Amino acid sequence: MSRTHVSCNINGDDVEFLCDAGESLLDALRDEMRLMGAKEGCGTGDCGACSILMDGRLQCSCLIFAPEADGAAIVTVEGIADGDHLHPLQQCFLEGAALQCGVCTPGFLVAAKALLDRNPDPTETEVRYALAGNLCRCTGYDKIIRSVLAAADRMKEEVAG
Amino acid sequence: MRYVAPASVAEVVALLAGDPEARVFAGATDLVPQMRAGRPEPSVAIDLKKIPRLTGVSLTDGTWRIGAAAPTADLTGNAALAADLPGLVYAGGLIGSDQIQNRATLGGNLCNASPAADSVPSLVVNDAQAVVAGPGGELTVRVIDIPSGPGRTSLQPGEFVVEFLIDRPLPSTSDAYLRLIPRTEMDIAIVGAAARVSLDGDGNCSSAAIALAAVAPTVVLVPAAAEALVGGPISDDVLATVAAACAEAADPIDDKRGTVAYRRQVAGVLAKRAVLEAAGRAGNGGGR
Repeated sequence: MSRTHVSCNINGDDVEFLCDAGESLLDALRDEMRLMGAKEGCGTGDCGACSILMDGRLQCSCLIFAPEADGAAIVTVEGIADGDHLHPLQQCFLEGAALQCGVCTPGFLVAAKALLDRNPDPTETEVRYALAGNLCRCTGYDKIIRSVLAAADRMKEEVAG
Repeated sequence: MRYVAPASVAEVVALLAGDPEARVFAGATDLVPQMRAGRPEPSVAIDLKKIPRLTGVSLTDGTWRIGAAAPTADLTGNAALAADLPGLVYAGGLIGSDQIQNRATLGGNLCNASPAADSVPSLVVNDAQAVVAGPGGELTVRVIDIPSGPGRTSLQPGEFVVEFLIDRPLPSTSDAYLRLIPRTEMDIAIVGAAARVSLDGDGNCSSAAIALAAVAPTVVLVPAAAEALVGGPISDDVLATVAAACAEAADPIDDKRGTVAYRRQVAGVLAKRAVLEAAGRAGNGGGR
């Protein structure tokens, strides 16, 4: 069967790739685009390790058929740093030891960015609910939640200058 | 499998009519896990999200129109809809994570036909109508008439749900939905209960509807509970009758999430609480 041609924007770059119609966007990102940040945990939308933003919406890329991305703007974890300058979330995850094995981390970072983009000053409860779709089997979550709150504080300070 | 994203309802009807193995989808939050679990993949996956009518949420002439492929995040993010139909919007916000709510839809929740579907009891108590398109054109069907069993619907081959129509509630009317899960997020209802209550100027119940999820092969409307409510104040005695009627109407299964006796009891408790929540909002004027 002929492959499907997809044109989209990923992390600010216009790109094109070929995929199978039933291929997940996650597989296309990893296998066609060689963007290995998003991970496959469950493959059924439960764990959030494959979280990306598509047209500004936080979604599990394992549930997206790759052809759906045609014409879309996608942000993966590779797109959240500013060149060599880590995003405050990434910096705070490092400083707060918010990861152990790291498989869930890209998904947490993208989901946390989606939260802070719409709510720059979340409560701890809001962070916990916003990250309920991301599973971590190492940290016990507490360091992740604290790091997201720390990043929110840092970003507010940066805005306040 | 082929993937197509038609731009019109007519194109979808033509695609379905020409291929019995074709299947419509929106969020694929059920379709992809089912394919992964070994169900045969459709010959054609028809993406409904590129059809504006299927993704819109609008209020026209006193009727809410909710596209069958609108993600539930577009319901929870709509303040006017949440004011009119707080129970339905709350139910939409209970389904899965933020990631899921950016894809999951009312059309999918209904047509996947899980008995535990969280949004369906709220559609039912608000007497939502589904616009169904198919080879014979479009027709309007009550939502309660669509689920026919776990994973089964009354939709005929070639038919699919385009949008939902819900009349704006009357003044002093509101709805509520409650579900029991063993944790705070990300789980499937052991029992769900939706209520819609209208109050008159004296605080008496003038109209009501109660529906239950996860206690029978399909959503259950409980007319006996509504009859107990209508015509008087919402007293403890009336609520006890509501709970008993709901426990009686429940016909649940035993499984790892709950026993038959537990589900029956919880159905009554949640129904009572949903009535009180809906009546509390109705007493404050409802969404108006």
